[in-house]
Amino acid sequence: MFTYTLRRLAFAVPTLLIISFIIFVILDMAPNDPTASLPLTIPPEVRQQIRDALGLDQPMPIRYFKWCVQFFWNEPVNLIEQWTGWTIGDSESRLRVISWQTRSPVVDLIAERMPQTLWVVGMSYVVGILIAIPIGVISAYKQYSWFDQFGTLFSMAGFSVPTFFTGLLFIVIFSVNLQWFPSVYDTTHRVTDWDSFWFQVRQMIMPVMVLALFNASQISRFMRASMLDNLQQDYVRTARAKGLRERAVLLIHVLRNSMIPVVTVIALGVPQIFGGAIITEQIFRVNGLGQLLIVGIQSADIPLVQTLTFIFAVLIVLFNLVADVLYGILDPRIRYD
Amino acid sequence: MTDAVADTAIQETQHRSLWGDVWVQYRSHTGAMIGTVIFVAICLLVLLGPIFYDVDPNFTNVRDRNAPMSWAYPMGSDNLGRDMFAAILHGGRISLAVGLTAMLLSLFVGTFIGLLAGYFKWLDGPLMRLTDLFLALPLLPLLLVVVMLFRDVLRPIFGPELGIFLLIVFLIGITSWMQTARIVRGDVLALKEREFVLAARSIGTPPRRIIMRHLMPNILSPIMVSATLGVANAIITESALSFLGLGFPSDVPTWGRLLFDGKDFLTLTPARVIWPGLMISLTVLSVNFMGDGLRDALDPRIRGR
Amino acid sequence: MRLTHLLGTAVVLALGASAAMAERGADGQLNIIYWQAPSTMNPFLSGGTKEVEAASMVLEPLASYDQDGNIVPRLVEQLPTVENGGVAADLTSITWKIKPGILWSDGTPFTANDAVFTWQYCTHPEGGCSQSSYFDGVTSVEAVDDLTVKVIFAEPKPYPYTAFAGSESPVLQAAQFADCLGAKAPECTDANFGPIGTGPFVVTDFKPNDVISLEANPNYREADKPAFGSVLFKGGGDAASAARSVLETGEFDYAWNLQIEPEILTQMEAAGKGSVVVSFQTSVERLHLNQTNADSGLSAEERSVYNDGNNPHPFLTDPEVGKALSMAIDRELLVEVGYGKTGQVTCNVLPAPELYASTANDGCKTQDLEGAKAVLDAAGWVPGGDGVREKDGVRLSVLYQTSTNSVRQGTQALIKQWWNELGVEVELRNIDASVFFGGDPASPDTFQKFYADIEMYTNNFSGADPEAYMANWRCSEIPGPGTQWQGSNIQRFCKPEYDALVDEMAKTADLATRGELAKAMNDMIIQEYSIIPLIHRGGTSAHANTLGGVKMTDWDSELWNIADWHRVE
Repeated sequence: MFTYTLRRLAFAVPTLLIISFIIFVILDMAPNDPTASLPLTIPPEVRQQIRDALGLDQPMPIRYFKWCVQFFWNEPVNLIEQWTGWTIGDSESRLRVISWQTRSPVVDLIAERMPQTLWVVGMSYVVGILIAIPIGVISAYKQYSWFDQFGTLFSMAGFSVPTFFTGLLFIVIFSVNLQWFPSVYDTTHRVTDWDSFWFQVRQMIMPVMVLALFNASQISRFMRASMLDNLQQDYVRTARAKGLRERAVLLIHVLRNSMIPVVTVIALGVPQIFGGAIITEQIFRVNGLGQLLIVGIQSADIPLVQTLTFIFAVLIVLFNLVADVLYGILDPRIRYD
Repeated sequence: MTDAVADTAIQETQHRSLWGDVWVQYRSHTGAMIGTVIFVAICLLVLLGPIFYDVDPNFTNVRDRNAPMSWAYPMGSDNLGRDMFAAILHGGRISLAVGLTAMLLSLFVGTFIGLLAGYFKWLDGPLMRLTDLFLALPLLPLLLVVVMLFRDVLRPIFGPELGIFLLIVFLIGITSWMQTARIVRGDVLALKEREFVLAARSIGTPPRRIIMRHLMPNILSPIMVSATLGVANAIITESALSFLGLGFPSDVPTWGRLLFDGKDFLTLTPARVIWPGLMISLTVLSVNFMGDGLRDALDPRIRGR
Repeated sequence: MRLTHLLGTAVVLALGASAAMAERGADGQLNIIYWQAPSTMNPFLSGGTKEVEAASMVLEPLASYDQDGNIVPRLVEQLPTVENGGVAADLTSITWKIKPGILWSDGTPFTANDAVFTWQYCTHPEGGCSQSSYFDGVTSVEAVDDLTVKVIFAEPKPYPYTAFAGSESPVLQAAQFADCLGAKAPECTDANFGPIGTGPFVVTDFKPNDVISLEANPNYREADKPAFGSVLFKGGGDAASAARSVLETGEFDYAWNLQIEPEILTQMEAAGKGSVVVSFQTSVERLHLNQTNADSGLSAEERSVYNDGNNPHPFLTDPEVGKALSMAIDRELLVEVGYGKTGQVTCNVLPAPELYASTANDGCKTQDLEGAKAVLDAAGWVPGGDGVREKDGVRLSVLYQTSTNSVRQGTQALIKQWWNELGVEVELRNIDASVFFGGDPASPDTFQKFYADIEMYTNNFSGADPEAYMANWRCSEIPGPGTQWQGSNIQRFCKPEYDALVDEMAKTADLATRGELAKAMNDMIIQEYSIIPLIHRGGTSAHANTLGGVKMTDWDSELWNIADWHRVE
């Protein structure tokens, strides 16, 4: 398994390079433009000057190469300098990846968005998993009971009603009518004591619940289906015949063997946390990574979108590898070598 | 007495075929039957409804805008005075067609790739890296590029509506198969080490047969779940596409779009969001129950009981 | 006009005085929400409205526009005119006299050198300055002495209030931006995110595309202003939820740019926590009728290309068709359904200021479907078998495109229905704004490329002088493959008489004559039916009932008088 992991990691480098190039080509071909959001009163010649100043007058391969140098060399060097305080080479003129829209380093933008993204989207994922697994297990164990039917109804509604609607519904009920929670997330808020912590909780509840509902519906369905499959296997009968307690049968044997599809779904979902939740972030103005990405796309901010998407790609490759390793742990019969 | 029993037993074996069995089991599944009835009812409603209720969903009657539900407007009207019931009926045709075809496409691609990658070790690497690539692609710019490149090519060949329909189904299908593929592969990796697969392989069963006869039936549950989620996903994604101006023209109603357009009117005319939301949920729910029933019916262990 | 300037100034001062009972910072925090978040505080690097308005709390121009579109002095003693000698008699220069004693927020004095530097900064060839058109025709900016700025023009400039007038052309501090010229401009992140200004507020924390925290400028020139000690300027979300946070939940005091369906806005306003304010400038929602053939069967060299008039549209060059299309539209209804009090019916592409607004086309204000049918009948367009009118084998069938926006799609639906009734076949298309307004020459969907028969969007001009705006429709401004589809004459209108009027206006200084010329140009475009104006659109914002002093304007930044804003009970 260890050599397999190493081999996969080595293989990931060329894969990611190819992915980054394909992403760049797509972004370059996309018909949106960095000057689109400017007022029409700004004349075409000025727009052309703006594009030239951004470096858009250079051919695509050169721009891709520049991005590679900036991202794979300049940024890590810069990071090392920041951590250690050393000066490596000519750090004054070293170009970082600069966002076209804000004219500031992309990596700083991403770092600035991290806290609220992890708080809200990450938390919603944890909550989603914590809700989904018990629902999935109980629904499968008591198939077609009222609990199962209600769970099905709940998760189907949760998945088929989009977050732009549930989010709005929450705001109308809890912010406008009941005035319990704020409808706008305050990213400048700092948790320093119990009061500020309570405020943080209150402003997180609605976005977290909206997203958790959506995530939980999906995961609980896969959990239930997989549990159902395993409950009918012979080993369950054997385990019961051996006189194992029902709880042990269910939670140790069946659950473990049912985790493969769930692990897959969760592993696919973790990178999504860093991709942010575009719609939910917009509705509650959490302004995390998802909002950064969508604003970047709308304003054709190629360096920003390229960097974000690439980091996203790294996480996808990484977590899919984690999932593959977990398969081996969950079911030792799976071998890759 | 014994004769009679034997008789019926013989008769049963004579009449029983695989698909007959599946059908019998499917019919005995209450949830599946309810799901089927609802699904057929929705299909009939959107297919035949517009024939009996021949109101033009694009006709604007500004005097009656934001009308509540009444006999004249069974589901109320929108802010331009367009009849919501007519829009639901017409929109359902497109939403159902897009939802089901895109789901089938993504399911087919996902299952195919997942099976190949899971079963054949030499295909696992390349196919899973391809999956990683598709997962990493930035969806929105990709859609912009594809629409830019192909919309005007398809328009003269298929006409504006069918052209965009094919494009949307293709786009949704091609960008949503990855999860299914990963799940199917994960299950196949575990299954192919089981004794019954080893047994089948040891007697020289060709891979195609192992995959189709031994592996497929055992991975049906996650596929069915993917199918259910896929329908909902396709219907919602279609609305996002239309909203971005990448989907159908604005005078073609779809459920997802009606829901999106109506969201700001939530407190003014709640009917505008309740009905499309309900239709999408009902469709997804009925597909889910049908999937449950089908899975149970196709599972020989359950069928035997 | 000078009298009104002075009066306007007097009123501003008087109001300021009455509101200034409290001391600086006494009213606590002001919460502002812009649903599009500013990406930088340097309006020269991003010319988007959101950036310009956010920056206007910090950076100031020498003169501003008030809520009626009059130019008023801000950092200068008085407005330079020919009469007071501020503008040279031959109109080739303008001299601004800076008020003595103005300090930057870091305590250093504001001098003429800062203005000179700003000109150098924005006209640097590698800088890509968004506002460089404000310095068009400026040969140099000189500091005569510490408090006197002289702007010299290459040619006589009948309207000299371009450079340093209005929030899009503010003054930067030379000391802060000295190392940020040209290609180095984007590298000065700290300066771009926290410019030192003369305005009432200072940036304390800037999170791009998210939130700006500001506090009162300790060196602001009026000792008792601003009334608010700090400002939280939040961005993100959509217009409806921004309106909700002011009008329904009361979390914010001010929300900007609320283009939402009128009934929703009315319902929110009924909650009683705030009110909606509207100001009209020159924005007109209009239809452009393609004067060239946009048939998808044509090659890239021909489709929607003017080719010296050799590629005319099969029917939209016929003014009778345009006239009928215009007559069939019920503009009152479009306003009522899509705009409410944020829109007015207009029949002109140049609706304001009053001096320039024509009244010759007001017949369009009432819908006349029967009349429109009669016009088409008389012009020989008769209904065919499927109800679509045709003449000589040409069918009246149009592709009608616009950007994606729910109000625009509503307008499209209504107009489609009227035109169908008239016997015109309509196919609708909507395109994402980032593509439609993007100008990428490779995309078929940009408004400049105009691969459709009719398109709808809003345009306006900044400031109060329409000369440059009316010059948009010269023959030489027609976009085409030769110019990478750059050009402002979107509908491909070309008439030598029109170009002659444009040239004449550039040479005319007398205001009344300029007004007549502008009206004549407006009427020429409208009566040829290459543009069908629909709605004069206003800027729409909402403020909480507890917020006083808001003077909504669409001529300048909405926050132009934020120093006077204060809390009321």
